[in-house]
Amino acid sequence: MKLTMASSPHNHSQKSVSKLMITVMCACIPGILTQAYFFGFGVLIQLIIAIITASLVEAAILKLRNRPILPSLSDGSAWLTAVLLAVSIPSLAPWWVIVVGIVFAIGMVKQLYGGLGFNLFNPAMGAYVLLLISFPVQMTSWMPVDHLLASPISFLDQLTIIFTQTNSTGLTLDTLRTSIDGTTMATPLDTVKTAVSQNLTVSEAMNQLQFSAYAGLGWQWVNVAYLIGGLYLLKAKVINWHIPTAFIGALALCSAIGYIADSGSQAGSLFHLLSGATMLGAFFIATDPVSACTTDKGRLIFGASIGVLVYVIRQFGGYPDAVAFAVLLLNMAVPLIDHYTQPRTYGHGASK
Amino acid sequence: MSQFKSLMKEGMWGNNPALVQLLGLCPLLAVTSTVTNALGLGLATLLVLVGSNITVSVVRNWVPKDIRIPVFVMIIAAFVTIVQLLMNAYTFGLYQSLGIFIPLIVTNCAIIGRAEAFASKNNPLLSAWDGVMMGLGFAVVLIVLGAMREIIGQGTLFDGADLLLGAWATVLRIELFTFDNQFLVAILPPGAFLGLGLLIAGKNVIDTQIKAKASPVAQPEKAPRARVTNLT
Repeated sequence: MKLTMASSPHNHSQKSVSKLMITVMCACIPGILTQAYFFGFGVLIQLIIAIITASLVEAAILKLRNRPILPSLSDGSAWLTAVLLAVSIPSLAPWWVIVVGIVFAIGMVKQLYGGLGFNLFNPAMGAYVLLLISFPVQMTSWMPVDHLLASPISFLDQLTIIFTQTNSTGLTLDTLRTSIDGTTMATPLDTVKTAVSQNLTVSEAMNQLQFSAYAGLGWQWVNVAYLIGGLYLLKAKVINWHIPTAFIGALALCSAIGYIADSGSQAGSLFHLLSGATMLGAFFIATDPVSACTTDKGRLIFGASIGVLVYVIRQFGGYPDAVAFAVLLLNMAVPLIDHYTQPRTYGHGASK
Repeated sequence: MSQFKSLMKEGMWGNNPALVQLLGLCPLLAVTSTVTNALGLGLATLLVLVGSNITVSVVRNWVPKDIRIPVFVMIIAAFVTIVQLLMNAYTFGLYQSLGIFIPLIVTNCAIIGRAEAFASKNNPLLSAWDGVMMGLGFAVVLIVLGAMREIIGQGTLFDGADLLLGAWATVLRIELFTFDNQFLVAILPPGAFLGLGLLIAGKNVIDTQIKAKASPVAQPEKAPRARVTNLT
């Protein structure tokens, strides 16, 4: 019998990059399906456009950089970026919005910095912010929940709206977004913000049609679905608990303090946790292994700072949601946080 | 003569104030939203740079070393004031659209940098030439960046050129294509950072290619190997 000797490490992690990416994409499925159920199938069309564009851009840039195309393309990181961006934009946004976003995300934010593992910023959120400041109208035209629409939109109509901006009978998106009572609806976060600026209380704002008991109608279930997906990721040990827990904890704490101090103009914790991109951000975006902190203590600081920033920007800033801005700001702080939270190496430094 | 040529090469390419020294970024990033603005500020900076270089060079032997920086700043400020008043008088529209960035030319590091590094050590003729070339290098980058941002952001070129050049210049306006929606990021400050980054990257690519062409890659010498097996 031959005994082969190998040097350590003897126990390898079985996770490859592509396996991780596929797990994360699978964990997105409940959220995507919920979004499709409440806000129409447009999100699936956006997904397909995004994935095709991402593959093409990634291949083109790898070719430019003289890198092997297939290994990098098949690790799925470009597709994950595509998925995350596609679920973040309004489901009936024109096709060129997602194309511009993906080109920027893959071409600039990811590949110009050296490809997977070298990007400073989260590609999907970088692209999201680019789109938000470039095309504010398209990026805030979220559909109200399906059953609040004056006339439901068929799948074919959604397709034609995305590609030609009008449906088969020539109605534009703005007309179609009009609800039963003839008003165009903003997202719940936006509605609350506008109402508070008009000296209404939050509870008055939440009497409107697009709200249910805790947060926006439909939005709360989308967030719950992403929470479920995120818990699966925790269970599968794809992500650590530090970032999501710190993020959600900090956001809940800040909004609770705000609510206690001034319940008239501040929505409570549950509203913040179940609105906008909170859960998607906490479990899928802030936990990006490349652009987030790498030490455990650092991850807690990273997550908590994002939570505080999300609250501050939502409550006092100019934009209704803030996950993308908060994540990008903290991406910049990552090298600093990592530097100050390096754990002590065994045998080095002072022992306690 | 070769000195003039090398100064030209330095200013336009090798030591370009905007792409290599990265000086004067504040106006560079702030006013390059259209070609007209870029051209206006580029010309203003060029004038100030040439004037200040000549003057600094003329007075270089009388200025005590200890107080040279305040003196240089005063000279630059005088020229900026001249340019500002001229623009106020002849190109009022542009004067308004450039706003605070005309007086801010005083703080443009490219100008004080050339005064300190070049003009205070060389004769007036060379200094003037250096000012022209550095100013042109800066202006060209401004114009290229302005053109990039204007095309991507609005699909036009020379929009509002009449503000700088007079009423006839409205014919210069070229409409390359029309958008239903402007690509706002190109016109907003982030677009300037992205555009400048891409320009610097482009320059680096060209530099590497020139270098690679000049010196073909030397094959690494193989280490000599001595045969130690199968020796009979």
